[in-house]
Amino acid sequence: MIPALSVEDLTVKYRNGPGPVTAVREVSLEIQPGEVHGLVGESGSGKTTLALAVMRHLPEQAVITSGSIRVDGQELIGLSPERLRPIWGSQIAMVPQDPLSALNPTLRIGKQLSERFEALSRSDARDKAIELLEMVQIADPARVARSYPHQISGGMQQRVMIAMALSAEPKLLILDEPTTGLDSTTEAVVLDLIRELMRARQTATLYVSHSLGVIAQFADRLTVLYASELVEHGSKMDLFENPLHPYTCGLLDSVPRLGENKREIQLRSIEGRIPSLEDLPSACVFAPRCPVVIDICQETRPALEGAGATRQVRCYRWEETRAGEIDPRQPPAPPPLERPTIAETALQIENLEVRYDQPRSLAEWLRRSPRQSVRAVDNVRLTIRKGETLGLVGESGSGKTSLAQAVVGLVDSAEGRVELFGAELPTQIKHRDRETLSRLQMVMQNPDEALNPYLTVGQSLSRPLALLRGIHSEEEVRRLLEGVRLPPEYADRYPAQLSAGEKQRVAIARAFAAMPGLVLLDEPVSSLDVSVQASILNLLNRLQTEHGTSLLLISHDISVVGYMSETVGVLYLGQLMELAPSENLFDPPYHPYTEALLSAIPLLDPKATQERVRLRGGIPSSLEPPSGCPFHTRCPRFIGDICIEQTPPWQEDKTGKRIFCHIPVSDLRREQGQVFAMRKRE
Amino acid sequence: MPRYVLRRLGFLLLTLLLTSSIIFAITQVLPGDVARVILGREAGEAALNSLREELGLNDPLPVQYLRWLGNFVQGDWGESFSTRTEVRPLVQQRLGNSLMLAAVTLGIAVPVGIALGVIAGLNENTWVDSVVNVSALSVVGLPEFVTGILLIEIFAFRLGFFPANSSIRPGTNFVEALPMLILPALTASLVLLGYISRMTRVGVIGEISKPYVRTARLKGLSRWSVTYRHVLRNALMPTITVIAISFGWLISGLIVVENVYNYPGLGRLMLFAIDRRDLPLLQAVAMLAVLAFAFANLAADLFYAYLNPKIRLQ
Repeated sequence: MIPALSVEDLTVKYRNGPGPVTAVREVSLEIQPGEVHGLVGESGSGKTTLALAVMRHLPEQAVITSGSIRVDGQELIGLSPERLRPIWGSQIAMVPQDPLSALNPTLRIGKQLSERFEALSRSDARDKAIELLEMVQIADPARVARSYPHQISGGMQQRVMIAMALSAEPKLLILDEPTTGLDSTTEAVVLDLIRELMRARQTATLYVSHSLGVIAQFADRLTVLYASELVEHGSKMDLFENPLHPYTCGLLDSVPRLGENKREIQLRSIEGRIPSLEDLPSACVFAPRCPVVIDICQETRPALEGAGATRQVRCYRWEETRAGEIDPRQPPAPPPLERPTIAETALQIENLEVRYDQPRSLAEWLRRSPRQSVRAVDNVRLTIRKGETLGLVGESGSGKTSLAQAVVGLVDSAEGRVELFGAELPTQIKHRDRETLSRLQMVMQNPDEALNPYLTVGQSLSRPLALLRGIHSEEEVRRLLEGVRLPPEYADRYPAQLSAGEKQRVAIARAFAAMPGLVLLDEPVSSLDVSVQASILNLLNRLQTEHGTSLLLISHDISVVGYMSETVGVLYLGQLMELAPSENLFDPPYHPYTEALLSAIPLLDPKATQERVRLRGGIPSSLEPPSGCPFHTRCPRFIGDICIEQTPPWQEDKTGKRIFCHIPVSDLRREQGQVFAMRKRE
Repeated sequence: MPRYVLRRLGFLLLTLLLTSSIIFAITQVLPGDVARVILGREAGEAALNSLREELGLNDPLPVQYLRWLGNFVQGDWGESFSTRTEVRPLVQQRLGNSLMLAAVTLGIAVPVGIALGVIAGLNENTWVDSVVNVSALSVVGLPEFVTGILLIEIFAFRLGFFPANSSIRPGTNFVEALPMLILPALTASLVLLGYISRMTRVGVIGEISKPYVRTARLKGLSRWSVTYRHVLRNALMPTITVIAISFGWLISGLIVVENVYNYPGLGRLMLFAIDRRDLPLLQAVAMLAVLAFAFANLAADLFYAYLNPKIRLQ
């Protein structure tokens, strides 16, 4: 059988900067028809470059210096753009990461879908577009065909891209992180669709992703890239069950699995940083971070060795690993953290409501019609005890960021009461005194934007010290750096000289500089690479234990929230749906929305089982929130008019879990099974 | 869309009100006594006073402004101080001339400028791009009287294709005037070409690296389809604004070109009005200049909305 894709010894270099930089080094892989091949790697691993090279659509500065790429037996290297054009149109297609930017904003969807079929008449082209939209299960294809990209939801946009890619009936489909920008419940629906279409069509697929969970659920075989190098390659089962390369081991260990909590298990993080491509280790690229490194690893580049019929690994010590003679895992993490016993309340939120007023038009202003407002947070009640973590999980539009902004004082107006260590917090930050400011600090999602690029790390850290604690000492700055495990010479560096993970460490050090009682974490790891995430999570936990700090963690990732928190709140359309101790979060009874969320997470274990609960439609507009229970429009367990008409009651079960639902807890418990089952790791 | 148009019209009206008051105010602070300008240096105080009374110059300023604006809107633009004739026919005739010249200029500059910009943008950082850029820049850098004289020397004196003097008579129609319009229009287009082509180039470069262009290319569309159907529509948005501003400049700011060719346009009329302290004339020309700018911008906004569904469908 001719492989759908065969890449041999492919090397891609970038010519920008002083000398050529290798982005993909001698990589080979093969995909058979009907096979889904996962390509896993972090930033700088070369996975995107490899995918673009296979499409022969690299940026101008990139050159393929050697190797061969064959699609369905045909060599692509050396083909002119004119010869490539028909191949793009019919042999290979790609679904990119961000569908909105991949669609032309000024053309209607239908037109963009049908323009490839240049021979069709206008009405045939419209029918073709509608047929394609039906294929990707869009409910109202005629309307969507007439729409512009910005008028439809992200999930719909990605379906359109999938339809567009499949309309060519390609031999090879490249999916480049196709669900990364989507909310988890939408992601689950889109992944189901992709899976169904793949199965029906038997299209060979290269699935590029940083998410091990998606790959575990999706791929047949996978290739792991690290810093331009193929480090391990094999069937999904082999790699997930018995990884042979220390990097693969580290990667699998460093992600919290759904259901794990820091009180039971600490993550083994991969120490050090991902090397930059300009400065790759000359021998084994993973040697600087490898726990079982030996002399030869730093002297000669290891070859890609066969470790079985369909398995390859680039490591000198894979045989010892397989025989169990060495342990390639990262050093064991310290034992699980003790739960604090102090019961003092750090943060108390009572009936918090945040509204954003919509701007009025001139006519509305003249008519003195009342302002419309969006209720971003509604009737939220929370308590965080000293030294504990409360996690809030929610999709986009759930109000989690508004809630955080209300607590730090960045909203204009909020109703309700927020108390920090017993003292009421003024709504706006300008009315808060220094002591209050020092007690409440925040770490943002994107460390690149959170640090002033014109200040050195030392200057950034000394500001809160001077301002909030009156300390002017370099000694203290060094102590802070040491606290986040950064060497003292980093005080003189600028943010641009640091990696993303290091910047986030500085941001964390800055937040802890004021000796706060409560730190707000807004998606603190979601912009970081997987291998760096674990060390940041461990760092936060260690600092929390040392200082007795309380944390309010906000994230879209229920695995991370479940791992880090004592209590987890699930937000939907600005309201809490469930408030659960994390040890019970993953067991029934669940709020129906939580049930859907848990069912949507791609599990890291290829043998795991998972119920399939899918939500219809998108999140309703918060301008016109649904009456009664805000979730009733999408609830799979909708029981009737009561859900539409009445606000649900808060119910509490024996374990202290609180659920905002009309269905009695006992009924939920009877009807719901365990949403997912996964083996525990040691 | 109707809402959008209404809003734009509202803004237009506000702009016109504001600028009209500024135009009125400026003519008030200009040095010189209007009555004396009209009657001459030897006029006695009594005569001056009665003329001031007659012209309403002794009324409070807001009253004068409202009266002036009301008259202007009703088509009474006053009597020129220097020619002692109605301002309106004179200005209207000149406006017609300026519009003809603007039309021919834009007819040359827009297609050529956009074409050059697209060619440069598609070939970013190659020799093609450099040639287009350097030539466009050097032409923009030359003052209009230099390019004007050069063009006259070549096309009028040496080759004899077009007349060197473009002083068309009142009432000449467009077809008769066309030969005399070519050289001034060419001179003005040389100035605009640089702006239009560079704006288009930046627009094309900005769009061409966007993911949707990759999508279009990977669909297997031809290079022409990708450029024409996908890139151009989005890339031209900033160029439209530049063209609108150029139109305003062509109507009232083309003083040098009009002088070089002796072309009776609004620009020269404005110069004349300033020279003679001819207030009613100056105000009328200035108001027309503002109107031209404002309507060109409105047209640009509407075209923008037509191209961009995000605005059109809000």
